[in-house]
Amino acid sequence: MRWDKVMTVARIDLRVLFKSKDYWVPMGFLAAVFFVFIPLGLLTVVTSTNSSDLINKIGEVLQTLPGPIQQNVVGATPQAQGAYMLAVYLLAPIAIVVPLTISSAVGAHAIVGERERGTGEFLAHSPLTIREIFFGKMLASVVPGFIATGMGFFVYSLLVNAKVGPLVGGWFFPTAGWWILIFWVVPPFIALALSVILWVSSKVRSTAAAQQAATLVSLPVIMAAYGVSSGLLIDPVIAALAIGAVAWILAILGLVSGSRALNRESLLGFGGDG
Amino acid sequence: MPTAIEFSHVTRRFGNITAVDDLNLTVPEGSITVLLGPNGAGKTTTVRLTTGALRSDGGEIRVLGKDPAKDGDWVRARTAVVPPKPALYDRLTGQENLEYTAAIFDADNSAILPAARRFGIDHALDLNVGGYSTGMRTRLALARSVLHDPQILLLDEPTAGLDPESARAVLNLIRELAGRGRTIVLCTHLLHEAEGVADQVVLMGAGRAQIAGSQSQLAHQYVTNPSVILDAEDRSALAGIEGHEHVVSAEWNGSVHVRLTHLDRLPDLVADLVARGVRLTRVQPDNPTLETLYFEMQRSLRRQP
Repeated sequence: MRWDKVMTVARIDLRVLFKSKDYWVPMGFLAAVFFVFIPLGLLTVVTSTNSSDLINKIGEVLQTLPGPIQQNVVGATPQAQGAYMLAVYLLAPIAIVVPLTISSAVGAHAIVGERERGTGEFLAHSPLTIREIFFGKMLASVVPGFIATGMGFFVYSLLVNAKVGPLVGGWFFPTAGWWILIFWVVPPFIALALSVILWVSSKVRSTAAAQQAATLVSLPVIMAAYGVSSGLLIDPVIAALAIGAVAWILAILGLVSGSRALNRESLLGFGGDG
Repeated sequence: MPTAIEFSHVTRRFGNITAVDDLNLTVPEGSITVLLGPNGAGKTTTVRLTTGALRSDGGEIRVLGKDPAKDGDWVRARTAVVPPKPALYDRLTGQENLEYTAAIFDADNSAILPAARRFGIDHALDLNVGGYSTGMRTRLALARSVLHDPQILLLDEPTAGLDPESARAVLNLIRELAGRGRTIVLCTHLLHEAEGVADQVVLMGAGRAQIAGSQSQLAHQYVTNPSVILDAEDRSALAGIEGHEHVVSAEWNGSVHVRLTHLDRLPDLVADLVARGVRLTRVQPDNPTLETLYFEMQRSLRRQP
């Protein structure tokens, strides 16, 4: 496989995507909602409330959490502890929801979109190998999700440090668990979901069908990842390494089988008309 | 002449439909071959089989000596396809579309501007292709097809919906590339565009190459009563020519359009007229157009059991 050709396919797909405002504006909005607006709203409520009832309830919730979490929660007051818990634990799954949603949307369109535009014919007659096309599409689908996540992660870090930092003694985020989550656990989950979505995209006849199928495929992955990401933050080291390793193995298997499912005939939309 | 493309008993089915059925086809290197036939004749499938974009269900295909099913990447690097609808990226500029092609086919970016100039699209390279007219899109697709200087150019209905200027650009490209020894396959059902350019005409129908040969060979074979234009210093001397044993009919239209029993009889007719003292000023075989030929061939096929 020639990686320069893979990069060429990915680069052109990304260029098309970034020129399509109708595509990336909603994605940017989605990232902003999850990484900025929701956390900002929740943290503002928790950190600025004067309601003794609410503060007591936060204290009660903290008492119900598992021991390891209670030991890790920082803060002298129930209000500070509540804000810390929210920032570090409860909002962790957004790290996986955002890239997965964005990458799924791009991936669903990747191959069926070539057919709909007629450019699949161009690729089918090109000297690119099927693997080069597949991995180029894969890369082009991963990158937007990661750009959104990277930027969102950065903004989220600033936001929670600004809102919660003064209550817990200063700069505290990202924690070790978040670093592992972002760089070790999220990527294989995205690769796994995309391998299935690209396979679907190569089989169906329209983008609408691909997106519906992608939703069905990505939903269980998102739910699994949601649970995993929450759990990882409790015991980051062992659990993260183990789960990440399993996810990587599954992702590699998924990518190999996904690349085998694509062929030139599927780029043409099966068959000739003449 | 070496063979560029060879199909031997090739079949390709799509479900219950047989798009290409036991197809035998030989395209010599450096020639212009025109595949004629109605929609559904198997022309597009033949193009797709040639590059290996489709796999055959049976038979053997050789392109520049290689099997496109096994050495497809090698074959595709040496061929170019211009499909009926130019497969371009609308959101990208013309320049970006050509740069993408150059990168895929290992062509140099320095080939972009000359190719664009050649088809008169250089002025629009900075514009998004989505804003191009049909003619501009085809011109860009043509520029794209020559970037890597392919040995074989497969044109599948390239002039569909084109303005006359763009259609002429296609025909000029065909002649120019053929002049440089490249092999051209032109699929069309527009007979006038193939007129005079083809070294070989292949009539396709129901997935088969039903008839193949040069235009003059086919005319000789399928036009039963060829026409000849005659004129003389004294036209009245040609009166009664329709009674000649080798003449089927004669039509006076300034000069005389004579339909012969067979083209081989023309020297006999001329000799008889000269012997009678007719001073001929014009003896010109009236070659049938490709359109005439096409319908004669179709008629001949219908007569076959």
